[in-house]
Amino acid sequence: MKTMLTVISNALCRITGKNVGARVAVTRNFADFTPQVTFDIKKCDLHRLEAGPPVKAELTREQGLQYYRTMQMVRRVELKADQLYKQKIIRGFCHLYDGQEACAAGIEAAISPSDHLITAYRAHGYTYTRGVSIRQILAELTGRKGGVAKGKGGSMHMYAPHFYGGNGIVGAQVPLGAGIALACQYRGNNQVCVTLYGDGAANQGQLFETFNMAALWKLPCVFICENNKYGMGTAVERAAASTDYYKRGDFIPGLRVDGMDVLSVREATRFAADHCRAGKGPIVMELQTYRYHGHSMSDPGVSYRTREEIQEVRSKSDPISLLRERMLSNNMASAEEFKEMDVEIRKEVDDAAQFATSDPEPPLEDLCNHVFSNNPPLDVRGTHPWSKLKSVS
Amino acid sequence: GKAVVGLASRKHQRTSGPVEVTVRDALNQAMDEELERDERVFLMGEEVAQYDGAYKVSRGLWKKYGDKRIIDTPISEMGFAGIAVGAAMAGLRPICEFMTFNFSMQAIDQVINSAAKTYYMSAGLQPVPIVFRGPNGASAGVAAQHSQCFAAWYAHCPGLKVVSPWNSEDAKGLLKSAIRDDNPVVFLENELMYGVPFEMSEDSQSKDFTIPIGKAKIERQGNHVTLVSHSRFVGHCLDAAAVLAKEGIECEVINLRTIRPMDVESIETSVMKTNHLVTVEGGWPQFGVGAEICARVMEGSAFNFLDAPVTRVTGVDIPMPYAKILEDHSLPQVKDIIFSVKKTLNV
Repeated sequence: MKTMLTVISNALCRITGKNVGARVAVTRNFADFTPQVTFDIKKCDLHRLEAGPPVKAELTREQGLQYYRTMQMVRRVELKADQLYKQKIIRGFCHLYDGQEACAAGIEAAISPSDHLITAYRAHGYTYTRGVSIRQILAELTGRKGGVAKGKGGSMHMYAPHFYGGNGIVGAQVPLGAGIALACQYRGNNQVCVTLYGDGAANQGQLFETFNMAALWKLPCVFICENNKYGMGTAVERAAASTDYYKRGDFIPGLRVDGMDVLSVREATRFAADHCRAGKGPIVMELQTYRYHGHSMSDPGVSYRTREEIQEVRSKSDPISLLRERMLSNNMASAEEFKEMDVEIRKEVDDAAQFATSDPEPPLEDLCNHVFSNNPPLDVRGTHPWSKLKSVS
Repeated sequence: GKAVVGLASRKHQRTSGPVEVTVRDALNQAMDEELERDERVFLMGEEVAQYDGAYKVSRGLWKKYGDKRIIDTPISEMGFAGIAVGAAMAGLRPICEFMTFNFSMQAIDQVINSAAKTYYMSAGLQPVPIVFRGPNGASAGVAAQHSQCFAAWYAHCPGLKVVSPWNSEDAKGLLKSAIRDDNPVVFLENELMYGVPFEMSEDSQSKDFTIPIGKAKIERQGNHVTLVSHSRFVGHCLDAAAVLAKEGIECEVINLRTIRPMDVESIETSVMKTNHLVTVEGGWPQFGVGAEICARVMEGSAFNFLDAPVTRVTGVDIPMPYAKILEDHSLPQVKDIIFSVKKTLNV
């Protein structure tokens, strides 16, 4: 009966050229879906590694829907942030992550909440995957007291347990990440630290200092370069003598991964984390990915690349579309399910935005708080000598 | 009779009473005790382990605690300072040594942007319990690149505590407090003081002895003029005070101990008594510790008690030269302090 419906709907689609399948299949049972499929994924380029991640990835229906939901949520939050920025409700720096969703989703799928993660300023996606609600993310962007950092941090400074931001200084997060890995090794807890940086930061000296120490001490650190092909407005060929970022760790083994495929990212991250957990020391992973927006909201993103290039990536390599097509063509879910999820997600994001625009700004009494931890209250000089402000921990 | 008394007094010295301890040994004791007390504490820096410390401050610690707790680093200040900050973020309690604070400039972004500001930016979610320590300021004959005082640079920044001990008790008590503090502390030692012995009281020999950060100490009471200083120059002030006392001028000498947060109240209380203030430091004059003291005294309750403007005695406003005669004249000497006191008192 169900197969017949599929046949009819497919036929109708072919005849009419329209997607009428959805309306025909309205009474389908979820039990009809394929529960699990093994997909072929791209083989990774390897550096100083005998073997790499598997070339096949298993995906269950539940996982697929979860990865889809995560990526779509990040996508919609970023687009909402774009909107709010243009309305001047978000100010200052805002570096959007749309296009790169498979990286955040795939990494989180491969590690556990007890592992650690640190990234740079293009951090909204990771803030979400590491457990912060979209309400708290958007309210932080709009600078309200309901923000995850109570409005004190903004776009680049959001934190959560085992998530160390959000870091504004290019490359500074890399030694920090190795330090977190050192703490894991010190405690012997088998945890790893995923330390992310971009193709621009890959040329920072402190990275090479960090690679040296991480390798020397065999720190359980997964260094991940999100290569989105542009460091601000500078294409990688103009910034790096070697754009093989997965080899830049020199004596550290590396792998280059298709960052637009959430399954590739997941398998590679799992492989890399296992490498570290086995006590083999650090590893470098390059994720080849792409950002649709410019570097930040003040960069239209079309002066150093063509609109055609952006459009080509969108149509051929969009991470969300890739996952959806995979699941649809293998009968793991229905198009309506995805549509329903999209509607739900949009509503959630709209509600969160509503909160983020209506929540009050932090009270002025908060101005000087949180300078010191676990400290008796202290006086802080205001803008003039008669302004004596108070700071509590 | 005499032999018995001798025996008794020697026994008395060993088990109680004050002892002479160099600043170096006081720092060593502080770290040893804190390493023992809390397994999250560890030391990292260049030559701190197998070399026993470039200035031997960490002597014996690697032998006692091993590779895990005492870590030799490559010459990578920015890298290892960042690693130390990351370890602190993840809940350990690192002591990050800079061989001298001149080299901390390589790493200053990690000290300021990653350590100092993070608790505030995260609205209290992410503390950074770290100590950055090492020798600061002029040494002897090491010339311009190795002689800078960073007290003013670090004390400028909210989110940092900046400590500058003078004697052995200061060194031990303040370093223990710094290590126990849940915030980033910049601990400015002085190479020329490392070998200087000071009497340490019985209390200060206890493993729980700490000196609170943010409180100055009156090293010498006096009524005619207040001398405020930190680190090595506290000794110079006391020497100047001894000479001036012979001329009937009684100086009150304040040892700041902490640069940030500065104990302005102690300075003000003293100035309200003496009506005259002279600051003494090794650092450069512009935008320095003395400049800050002047501003704070002007803005506060003690201003109306001043009978003369505040005088700053500072290092000469030049990069440090090498030749001994030039170097000697680049830093405050006791005679400069005496001269300045008399000028301030108009005598």
